[in-house]
Amino acid sequence: MAKLKVTDRDGVQHELEGEIGWSVMEIIREADLPIEAACGGCCACATCHVYVDAGTLAKLPPADADENMMLDEGFEVRDNSRLSCQIKFSEELDGIEVELAPEY
Amino acid sequence: MTGSPSTQEPIQTDMVIIGAGPIGLFAVFEAGLLGLKCHLVDNLDKIGGQCAELYPEKPIFDIPAVPRCTGQELIDRLLEQAKPFEPVFHLDQQASALQRLEDGKWRLETTAGTVFETPNVVIAAGAGSFVPRRLPLPGAEDFEGKSLYYAVRRMEDFRGRHLLIAGGGDSALDWLLNLEPLTASIGILHRRDEFRAAPDSVQRMRELVESGRARLLLGQVAGLEGTGGQLEAVRISTPDGEIRHECDALLALFGLKMELGPIAEWGLNIERNLIHVDTETFETNQPGLFAIGDIITYPGKLKLILSGFHEAALMCQKAFKNAHPDQRLVFRYTTSSSDLHKKLGVA
Repeated sequence: MAKLKVTDRDGVQHELEGEIGWSVMEIIREADLPIEAACGGCCACATCHVYVDAGTLAKLPPADADENMMLDEGFEVRDNSRLSCQIKFSEELDGIEVELAPEY
Repeated sequence: MTGSPSTQEPIQTDMVIIGAGPIGLFAVFEAGLLGLKCHLVDNLDKIGGQCAELYPEKPIFDIPAVPRCTGQELIDRLLEQAKPFEPVFHLDQQASALQRLEDGKWRLETTAGTVFETPNVVIAAGAGSFVPRRLPLPGAEDFEGKSLYYAVRRMEDFRGRHLLIAGGGDSALDWLLNLEPLTASIGILHRRDEFRAAPDSVQRMRELVESGRARLLLGQVAGLEGTGGQLEAVRISTPDGEIRHECDALLALFGLKMELGPIAEWGLNIERNLIHVDTETFETNQPGLFAIGDIITYPGKLKLILSGFHEAALMCQKAFKNAHPDQRLVFRYTTSSSDLHKKLGVA
């Protein structure tokens, strides 16, 4: 099964098995890591904000207008910021690394 | 006179529902069929909860017999369904203090000073009440209310000040346009040179910037400088490094978040921000204090709107007994009962 690595806000890295077809937010949430995901994954908030590593960023389609609009409500948004509910996990994403953005 | 510190006479009603989202609205309907009158309290300035605030335009496909509707359409339909029962809404105020009276009823007070006396309080607050998102910067709370603001309560607070507004949505631009004439100087800080606000507001903002009456800064708040709660400058991270922007007021508009708020202090059995209830009555650990919808947990609970509807119907059975201890409740269908038809205004 494909895996992904998630770094929490204490800097601890967790290796998770990712269900293909789930969103990265769902994989993180179901692993009981602290991700708020207030809107449940419909790209209507910015509480599943993560930073992705450079290699992963290159594999992802760019954020669309909706995702960018919601990222405007994020804090400490960087060039590698994404909303994890908008990243669909696939075999191609095996081994990706994401980091939870600060909570606020 | 009651001797109450509030200047208002308490509102007497059968049920007060905290949260005017879909589940609160359907509770009005179910309560109405049993002859119970409802008042609703919500911290948002509009009806509809998350459906109206977070996803008014997003489609919902799992409402029984409604193959597809948007969040706002669902709210509009629930309001229409509840209309015969004349619910009273108290918006833009948060349920703050709950107290048990000697006769067993509840006394509920809101942040706007509205006071209710009722046998039934129903928490239908979803993921909590919507409050402004605060800057997660160390020491930010020292500035709050003095030179750091998350909402505009009085425009006069900004007269003659050097104001920076952070945000790129409609509220940020609307306040820029409205406060510009009052301020000594004004700037807007946004993470990118694209604004998700009404095109007319964006154009007027650009005109202000071109004429030199407002400054547009691209970047994000990185730190606050000042002493004794008085802001002197905001540190801003930009693609070209950090800059320092002198100002004596910051209005940060980063949308809303949901938090439990005062209900967390009401002695409820709360675990991971969810309230435990009895699934027969949807009462909490305190008689006459109910909870329904996304804010509750029980074995098998699913956070679905349809689950909340079911919970509302069951809750009303017990609420009726609380309101009318001497009366028997007879179970009737809306298809056939002339009594229910009368209540619905279709007789």
